Amino acid sequence: MTGHRVIVVGAGPAGVRAAQALVEAGLRPIVIDEGRRAGGQIYRRQPDNFTRSHEALYGTEAARARAIHETFDGLAAQIDYRPETLVWHIADGHVWTLDGEGQHRSEPYDALILCTGATDRVMPVKGWNRAGTYSLGAAQIALKAQACAIGSEVVFLGSGPLLYLVASQYAKAGANVVAVLDTAPFAARIPALPRLLSQPGVLWNGVILTRALKRAGVAVHHGVTPVAITGDAQDGVDGIVVRMADGSQRRFACNAVGMGHHLRPETQLADLARCEFAFDPAVRQWLPLRDGEGRSSMPGVYLGGDGARILGARSAEASGRLAALTALADLGHSVSGGEQSGLRKAIAGYARFAAGLAQAFPWPVEQAAALPDDAVVCRCESVTAGELRAVVNEGGAREANRAKALSRVGMGRCQGRYCGLAAAEVIAAEARVPIETVGRLRGAAPVKPLVAGTAGIPCAPQETGA
Amino acid sequence: MSAARSDVLIIGGGIMGCASALFLHQRGQSVTLLETDLVGRQASGTNFGNVRRQGRPLYQLPLANRSIAIWRQARELLGTDIEYLQRGHMRVAYRDRPDAAERMEAYAADAAHYDLDLEMLSGNVLRDRFPWMGPDVLAASLSAQCGHANPRLTGPAFARAAVKLGAVIHENCKATTALRDGNEFHVVAADGREFRAPVLLVTAGAWAKAFVEGFGETVPLTSRGPNMCVTEPLPYAIGPSVGVSTPETFESVYFRQVGRGNLVIGGSTQNQTYPEDYRVYVKPENCIGQWQQIQRLIPAVRNLAIIRTWSGIESYLPDDQPVMGPSAGVDGLFYAFGFCGAGFQLGPGVGETMAELIATGSTDIDLSPYRIDRFAAASE
Ligand SMILES: Cc1cc2nc3c(=O)[nH]c(=O)nc-3n(C[C@H](O)[C@H](O)[C@H](O)COP(=O)(O)OP(=O)(O)OC[C@H]3O[C@@H](n4cnc5c(N)ncnc54)[C@H](O)[C@@H]3O)c2cc1C
Ligand SMILES: Cc1cc2nc3c(=O)[nH]c(=O)nc-3n(C[C@H](O)[C@H](O)[C@H](O)COP(=O)(O)OP(=O)(O)OC[C@H]3O[C@@H](n4cnc5c(N)ncnc54)[C@H](O)[C@@H]3O)c2cc1C
Repeated sequence: MTGHRVIVVGAGPAGVRAAQALVEAGLRPIVIDEGRRAGGQIYRRQPDNFTRSHEALYGTEAARARAIHETFDGLAAQIDYRPETLVWHIADGHVWTLDGEGQHRSEPYDALILCTGATDRVMPVKGWNRAGTYSLGAAQIALKAQACAIGSEVVFLGSGPLLYLVASQYAKAGANVVAVLDTAPFAARIPALPRLLSQPGVLWNGVILTRALKRAGVAVHHGVTPVAITGDAQDGVDGIVVRMADGSQRRFACNAVGMGHHLRPETQLADLARCEFAFDPAVRQWLPLRDGEGRSSMPGVYLGGDGARILGARSAEASGRLAALTALADLGHSVSGGEQSGLRKAIAGYARFAAGLAQAFPWPVEQAAALPDDAVVCRCESVTAGELRAVVNEGGAREANRAKALSRVGMGRCQGRYCGLAAAEVIAAEARVPIETVGRLRGAAPVKPLVAGTAGIPCAPQETGA
Repeated sequence: MSAARSDVLIIGGGIMGCASALFLHQRGQSVTLLETDLVGRQASGTNFGNVRRQGRPLYQLPLANRSIAIWRQARELLGTDIEYLQRGHMRVAYRDRPDAAERMEAYAADAAHYDLDLEMLSGNVLRDRFPWMGPDVLAASLSAQCGHANPRLTGPAFARAAVKLGAVIHENCKATTALRDGNEFHVVAADGREFRAPVLLVTAGAWAKAFVEGFGETVPLTSRGPNMCVTEPLPYAIGPSVGVSTPETFESVYFRQVGRGNLVIGGSTQNQTYPEDYRVYVKPENCIGQWQQIQRLIPAVRNLAIIRTWSGIESYLPDDQPVMGPSAGVDGLFYAFGFCGAGFQLGPGVGETMAELIATGSTDIDLSPYRIDRFAAASE
């Protein structure tokens, strides 16, 4: 039974715990990760020669980070680990990879556990295409992996726990944080409290973060409506103009903006693996179907971590392990039913907390509807809100892929990963249709751009003779 | 439920159906068109975008010429830009296949009688004009009067223009049965809607076979999915679309640069299709093979990032020619499908020709190579 070939994609908390469960069952899984070192997004590790401590890097999560890193390092001998390797396609029971050396490979699997994590969910603001505007995740990666800030005067804009986390990490690292501008009204937190109390520890961490920001002298404003990120093409961002909760307009001078509204699952691989998706009204997103045990709708394909649902890092550890146990059970291994039900219960608790977060820090749908016509929605293809509205009104596009065909929205390098959700909101608002009828942009390989030359050169006819 | 009536009922909203609807209305015929999904989303919306005449059999050139005349006025006709760039189409032959170059020369001489001017290029002249070309290229045949366009925009643009003239287009409306009922055709859609018309035109692409057989005729229609990809954009510099002329499928790659700057690449081996699901999946091995081959034609591609791949469901017939014209057995029934990977260029001309045929009973375009009963004869 140990001959089964199981592939885990992603070496974040979900992938690491999945790999661990597989190794415990006597398997030698293949773990493929785009990152240079295991740890994933939240427990991203610094390059080898960097020396900041876990406490300095991960704060309250240091112990968890250390546990994940040590677990994975301990597994090294029992797994086939392939870092810096992109899974760019999945077809006919094989994953197709491109590694850091530019080598293409295809690898068959009996079970595939996708733990692909999340990316930022961003709501466009007029001027967000100016140099100096980063996603929250990018701002955090710059800090965690390279120990540098995105600017010398930084404004953080958006909503969700990551907004506060990244801002406080910046403040702690000594960066000049000009302001934290939260689009969610403070009052939204009250009705969310019962759900948020399902993870009192995490909630408390949030309170501590906010206090730390205050103590560092960072102004935090709630219920803010962004008007524009200002600046010019030459020098990039020079400030941000917002409407405050009291209706007054204010400008904050800065040379960088970190922005984002929570996260979205990285679902492209699930899409390529032909998993079915369903609309989740709570987060206004299409997500791959996942049963209570971690199975997708495709036999042999399992989903763990934030790549399936944004439930956070702790849940990722549980759902990654659960997906692996389910895969093992489906392959005929015996697994502990008790452990599975414990994991399911834990995940249900995290889901409750996540629902509270969605309530406390809502995705500002009205911001999409109010986006000025000249604001860029799709940065790869420079498609403006006005152009998108024109294909709705003149082209009759009421569906995401039709709007993409007519306007190029989501047709560039990121394939709609960053603009797709906002574009759908713009379309829904303009066409006055429910967001779920707009559908989702279909994923296409390669999951990320890859250089044509990596495919090798054809065998040119040999020059014969001498 | 009472059935909706029109002069002509069309099944299939690809470029063939939409162009036919437009030109039928121009001739005063009322049209209802049924489309399973959204218009122009299948082959007509996923294709490579070549608007090329060269390389077609000579007898197809009158139809291709009729089409190119429409392409040239597409913006005025449709009232929108479908990104038609008349920057030429070039076929090249590799050094290790000099016979391909000889065939191109012969073709150029013959095509001249059909209003297709081809310029043969080789050596320094070729490389001075197209310095990006790979060293394996021996010779080229350039048709300056061909071009390329944006397929994503074209089908919907024809549909919108047809609707403006009064055509009725039902999207998300899949025809499930089509029968002859007295002097009329009676078509029922999956959702129960009914349609009647004295004339039925089947432009259902890779899905046409079920309708043909329903009317008692045979057609050995199959489908495949040509493999496509696109690179990141780079400054616009390459005018013509360019393809390799070779008997070997895997070598047969082609590319064009769109106004936005991306290179669209196609050709080499093809994907399996799942027409009953209206789906086709891109096979990674086809992509890798294509990316290897394209570097031979344009070596600079090796430094470019591929940002997306896709495919589409195209219909094929054994003799590589479409079925176009009246049914051999049923009065009032017409076909235009099976375009074998080359129907995008022909689309507007097919629409105009079918409209002329249906409205007047005849056309100057010789349709005999495309008769449906050529297969009945073969199977007897
Ligand atoms: C930018 C960002 C910052 C975050 N910061 C925090 C934070 O500070 N605190 C917090 O509690 N939560 C944070 N989160 C949420 C947190 O990342 C997740 O809850 C947690 O990391 C989820 O774990 P995971 O294993 O599901 O995914 P991840 O940790 O994201 O790991 C996914 C892994 O899969 C790899 N991968 C994805 N696609 C492919 C592919 N095609 N081929 C190969 N490898 C692939 C990725 O490179 C990555 O290493 C953050 C999320 C993001 C996106
Ligand atoms: C990837 C690819 C690349 C190509 N490249 C080129 C090129 O560069 N140049 C060129 O000239 N040609 C090219 N072609 C060929 C060209 O795209 C086709 O020949 C042409 O689009 C065919 O048009 P159509 O209207 O017959 O078919 P389609 O566009 O497939 O339209 C048929 C329509 O019928 C609908 N339909 C089917 N069944 C039903 C039903 N029961 N009820 C209602 N509707 C139904 C379908 O949904 C579909 O929309 C390419 C094709 C592909 C797939």
